[in-house]
Amino acid sequence: MADASSSSHGDLKLTRVTKSFGDFTAVDDLTLTIPEGSFFALLGPSGCGKTTTLRMIAGLEEPTVGSIYIGETDITTKKPYQRPVNTVFQNYALFPHLSIYENVAFGLRRRGVKDVKEQVEKVLKLVELPHLAERKPTQLSGGQQQRIALARAIVNRPALLLLDEPLGALDLKLRRQMQIELKWIQTEVGLTFVHVTHDQEEAMTMADTIAVMNEGRIEQMGSPAELYESPETAFVANFLGQSNLIRGEVTSSEAEQSVVEVHGQKVAVLKSRNRAKGKSILVGIRPEKIRISLPGDPCNGNVLTGGIVSDVSFVGVSTQYVVEMPWKQDLMVFEQNDGGTPTLRPGDPVSLSWNPPFTFGLDGSEDVNAGSEVDEPA
Amino acid sequence: MAYLQSTVTRTGFFTAKKGRLPYLLLFPGMLWLFTFFVLPIINLAGTSTQTPVASGETGQYVQTFRLANYIDAFNQARPQFARSFLYATLATLLALAISYPLAYAIAFRSGKFKNILLVLVVAPFFTSFLLRTVAWKQILGEQGFVVPALRSMHIIGQNTSLTASALAVVTGMTYNFLPFMTLPLYASLERIDPRTLEASNDLYANGITTFRKVTFPLSMPGVVAGTLLTFIPAAGDYVNAAILGNPNTTMIGNVIDSRFFNIVDYPTAASLSFMLMAAILILVTIYIRRSGTDELV
Repeated sequence: MADASSSSHGDLKLTRVTKSFGDFTAVDDLTLTIPEGSFFALLGPSGCGKTTTLRMIAGLEEPTVGSIYIGETDITTKKPYQRPVNTVFQNYALFPHLSIYENVAFGLRRRGVKDVKEQVEKVLKLVELPHLAERKPTQLSGGQQQRIALARAIVNRPALLLLDEPLGALDLKLRRQMQIELKWIQTEVGLTFVHVTHDQEEAMTMADTIAVMNEGRIEQMGSPAELYESPETAFVANFLGQSNLIRGEVTSSEAEQSVVEVHGQKVAVLKSRNRAKGKSILVGIRPEKIRISLPGDPCNGNVLTGGIVSDVSFVGVSTQYVVEMPWKQDLMVFEQNDGGTPTLRPGDPVSLSWNPPFTFGLDGSEDVNAGSEVDEPA
Repeated sequence: MAYLQSTVTRTGFFTAKKGRLPYLLLFPGMLWLFTFFVLPIINLAGTSTQTPVASGETGQYVQTFRLANYIDAFNQARPQFARSFLYATLATLLALAISYPLAYAIAFRSGKFKNILLVLVVAPFFTSFLLRTVAWKQILGEQGFVVPALRSMHIIGQNTSLTASALAVVTGMTYNFLPFMTLPLYASLERIDPRTLEASNDLYANGITTFRKVTFPLSMPGVVAGTLLTFIPAAGDYVNAAILGNPNTTMIGNVIDSRFFNIVDYPTAASLSFMLMAAILILVTIYIRRSGTDELV
């Protein structure tokens, strides 16, 4: 306990970790390595096991099976107070009876650190609230409490900082601001941040690496761009942003691409971006990659014809269209408001086209709607 | 415009009514307090400075303004005063020592049994205070199971008995006032967000340190409320001393009781009552000031 901060730095490794509560398996055979110094996000809908994973890393839950290492140190059965890990709790969990100064000094005092005053002042300066040291937590606004919770954790310079939906209670504008600040602070202090969130935008803004979790398992892990551009499962495709997934059959295979027949029309999918195991495939394309045009206009690449505009919403930077295809599937199209195309109206017949490399192929056995119907409370 | 004006008047009317409403709501309570507390207190204050009639007839007093009554009364009842505060303090500490683990267990560890346990804490209140104290006398008596058990374990001597002793009075008071300690403690412990305890654990504090630095300080409002609710009635109690005590365990409540009803020495009884009230008030004020819990509530 004495030297929690310096002894065991290194990557965090979870090996085949399972956590069951009675019959319910919250985390299912999870193996994960989080490199030292990274900003890592665990992203998923509520109940996907992300908070349980975090609590196991913090030591607040013990895994049913599996082991957790930081560097070379096995921390699986260590008590929370014996781990070089600190947490920023969802509701901040500041100590209401202590001043802000004492809240921040709490961990330092327990570890018997010498220069408490100096370190507390430094970290309060970092979160830009040195003038609130003498206040009590209840006298602070939500955003200020959030920063103090962060300061209370990072002042200990843990090997690992865990953030459990830290911005969930803040309003949208403040959340945006704190996202940028958190990212800045992470770069500044150079600690490993593990951030749990259900907000895909938050994860994308801050994290270097995101692991998308669903039903106790990791669906896919990678950089925000990788996950967004090349989702490997329908869940990831729908949970991170929006996707159009169209069922089809691979009809022929060329050198670099497969030709897929979707409801009587042909589109191309790069082989390197096709994850379908057999002939049955889900053709995926992000709404902003699609160009919308009137039936007669020239268009290149992958083209789908016979669409009818069924809904138009103007959202400022773009116009979002819902286009009903002949096979009764609604596709989403986001068109930049750059003056290139005139605004279309519901009922207009249209063709959709896009550059073939933007297409991604998913296995045909997947559920088209996986991950899109998860309704998250804000 | 006419519509606007009518709105303004209506708003004004409502504000005026709103201003009167709190006083109307307070009225019944104030009337009750005035009739049954303020008037009797004034009456008692008058009584405390009365002097015996010239003829020396028992129980007959004339209204004078003899403040020396207080000094006389205090000098007569000094040991009982001291005993009252000593016993009340002991009973309060004992009740705190028993109640804290109990309330802690109910608040944090009882799961689905929480409500049953709370009912059990209050259950003794379903029988009368007097009856419970008499029952306590039976339990500590020669025929009870406690004395033979303690004798066989050689914890007390073969000729030692437990009734009619200071121990019986203090334990009786502890028993009788225990729920007053347990319930406020439970209420304040139950209000603690378990995540603050997790946060403490997370910040390198083990179980004991977490209790010392987080749980206990956060339960202070309950400790203060519980100790006050135990100490105040215990300091003025006379039933326990009368039923479980002996002539050497007389408390100030017993003196007041006997002055009023046996000796019919109203002025002394009244001045003792006032001094008891004042002493408790002063002690309580100092206690609340020093415990500094006002910020937590």
